[in-house]
Amino acid sequence: MIAELGHYALMLALGLALIQGTMPIVGTRTNDPVLMSIAVPTALAQFAFVATAFTALAICYVISDFSVLNVFENSNSQMPFIYRLTSIWGNHEGSMILWVSILTFFGALVAVFGNNLPAVLKANALAVQAWIAAAFHLFILMTSNPFVRIPQAPFEGQDLNPILQDPGLAFHPPLLYLGYVGFSIAFSFAIAALLEGRIDAAWARWVRPWVLGAWMCLTVGIAGGSYWAYYTLGWGGFWFWDPVENASLMPWLAGTALLHSAVVMEKRGALKIWTILLAILTFSLSLIGTFLVRSGVLTSVHTFANDPMRGVFILAILVVFIGGALALYGWRAPLLKQGGLFAPISREGALVFNNLFLTTACASVFIGTLYPLALEALTGAKISVGPPFFNATFGPLFIPLTVVMPLGPLLGWKRGDLLGAAQRLLAAAILAMLAMAAAFAIEQGGPVLAPFCAGVAVIVMAGAVTDIAERTLVLRLPFRVALRRAIGLPRSAWGTAFAHFGVGVTLLGIVAATAWGSERIAEMKVGDNLDIARYRITFTGLFGRQGPNYHDIVGRFIVRRVNGDLIGVMEPSRRTFPTRNMTTTEAALMTRGVSQLYVSLGDPLQNGNVAVRLYFKPQVLLIWLGAALMFAGGALSLSDRRLRVGAPQPAKTKAALHSAG
Amino acid sequence: MTRKQRRLVLIGSGLVVLAVAVALMLNALRDSIVFFNSPSDVVEKHVPAGTRIRLGGLVKDGSVVRGSNLSVRFEVTDGKNGIPVNYQGVLPDLFREGQGVVAEGALDPGGTFRADSILAKHDETYMPKEVADALKRSGHWKDDYGRQAGASAGGGGK
Repeated sequence: MIAELGHYALMLALGLALIQGTMPIVGTRTNDPVLMSIAVPTALAQFAFVATAFTALAICYVISDFSVLNVFENSNSQMPFIYRLTSIWGNHEGSMILWVSILTFFGALVAVFGNNLPAVLKANALAVQAWIAAAFHLFILMTSNPFVRIPQAPFEGQDLNPILQDPGLAFHPPLLYLGYVGFSIAFSFAIAALLEGRIDAAWARWVRPWVLGAWMCLTVGIAGGSYWAYYTLGWGGFWFWDPVENASLMPWLAGTALLHSAVVMEKRGALKIWTILLAILTFSLSLIGTFLVRSGVLTSVHTFANDPMRGVFILAILVVFIGGALALYGWRAPLLKQGGLFAPISREGALVFNNLFLTTACASVFIGTLYPLALEALTGAKISVGPPFFNATFGPLFIPLTVVMPLGPLLGWKRGDLLGAAQRLLAAAILAMLAMAAAFAIEQGGPVLAPFCAGVAVIVMAGAVTDIAERTLVLRLPFRVALRRAIGLPRSAWGTAFAHFGVGVTLLGIVAATAWGSERIAEMKVGDNLDIARYRITFTGLFGRQGPNYHDIVGRFIVRRVNGDLIGVMEPSRRTFPTRNMTTTEAALMTRGVSQLYVSLGDPLQNGNVAVRLYFKPQVLLIWLGAALMFAGGALSLSDRRLRVGAPQPAKTKAALHSAG
Repeated sequence: MTRKQRRLVLIGSGLVVLAVAVALMLNALRDSIVFFNSPSDVVEKHVPAGTRIRLGGLVKDGSVVRGSNLSVRFEVTDGKNGIPVNYQGVLPDLFREGQGVVAEGALDPGGTFRADSILAKHDETYMPKEVADALKRSGHWKDDYGRQAGASAGGGGK
């Protein structure tokens, strides 16, 4: 009964989406305010019905209703409650329900908070949002219905894929989807602007909070996925350049570019057409990501099922939306009024530099990800494009970006003073040089690249601090005055500084963990010692442990300093899930400051010994700490009064002149 | 600067960055891509020793021999041909005889494949896609692989 209710609600949502996608547009053409205003109640009702469908599916999972095929295939009554709940989206059908839930949620938010939008723009944007929703409702109903019943209900479910039985599943997919789908708002507004044939600086002001919110969620979603892979896959890697990871990185890069170009558009009225294109591309990359991950063209833990029909359907959605949007862009964009030009050395110029490098870096990831698929489709040759490709392309394109990053906020709008900005960065540059020299000395003649990148990371961090110091004049004015200035700074200036600082922190973590980490792989018998960095682990034996729906074989290791001081115990395990007869590796992590010791077990060998992988990952936690700082920066910027006071204001208020955006 | 000069600077710098990016990508595509081969491909195409490839097939039943210090030797087969593989390290969770495997590394002059990584891209029933295709081509595809792969609907690893 509950499943049927959910199914029915989803069908009604499709009907509402069709109304919301057509009537308001007719209204904008006939200048009928009543037809235009239909968008608001339909958007709200559509969200209500999709939320009903999601709740219905959630109830089926919570009460373990195995007469529903989707629940039977992905849940088990022995599973802890939290995993029964998260397994809603631990499968293809459920994850698509989550996708449309978030999509219609955003649609409803625009409907509720869009009171100050021009009526035509709002009607068009909500209509475009409804087309996307309609396409995905149809996709779910036709190929991925989660509410299908089994005629004779089995007594017990098949369990969730053990790799997904992890707290990470509670956060990673919803955050990632909030990011992907959040960009749909920018897309809808871009299409609406093209339909209307009119665009101005206020457009950027309305769209930027949505882009910022989506970007924040995507940032922590990607970081969360990276940490999850790091501790769950058992060999200590945090980024693999795997196509499914790239699928999330591409919208992030394009979204970061969009975030910055929208600043130029809002402040200076320039880059309008480019910003529209970026808005289209960012959501297109989100759709491509969904296609890559969900269609089964790639095999990975993210691919839940390979029904060819689904791949074809998503491909059709891709072609219609991306092709349609780009065609509309090609047709209408030349009609839009061109924005102003500016001097190359200026804040705008720095932001263009940022856009140029972010989009080319994004293109290099795109080619590396899709080239193997294209080659296989055309010639049948199977190749893999791995980390060496991305290190040789993405790296050289990303480093110049980070070198210039501290300069941008120090340059003025319109015409900047490069020499002055460079002088103000002198302290930061000296600090970076010292860090480089120190890293090189400690490394004792290793690769030169790592100390250089560490230096770049330091200048990014020091540059962000310099920016705030310059704005508050903390070194020139009495501390109390500077403090008052700091409080008075626009939140967006703090946001920029936090986010940029976070990029430096993440970069430092990546450099340290990859270049200066160490690894030991050994076969150990009881009593054996293994040394790594300043630590020594001793294997004291194996024991069994029973979990709610699994059995662990745990290895016990005592961790000491090399000089003998006891630090603690690490207990990695091999976890067997009887329902699927599947074993996973549960690594043990010990945090020392921001560095980590990492132990994982291989298959127990016949002679009672264990194969052990031991890693020391210096500064590894900085990678994810940096992402948290970027999120905090986004949140600060989002809380800026300027963005909440939605009504377009004259561009040259005092706040606008001072803010960095 | 005039408007025209400003526009030229903008377009010029864009083209320079694009050209650099294209050069980087072409260079990287030449140097760092790895081809997938089945054991029959290796034999038929005479893959030279030292070339990095991915070798995929089934771990031949009864061929796994563990040596000291985590070294292991096994044979990867597609039913027609077999290639001996040497590897030192910890095997992935689901490495088993009779199961699909993908190894990355290079052949040595003696014809043994020295793997530096064994990919963990499968769960207990799932067959890596490349391996499944290769087995189909060599006519050693068993239907139950496909059925199982469809039913389990999920891959291990990343």
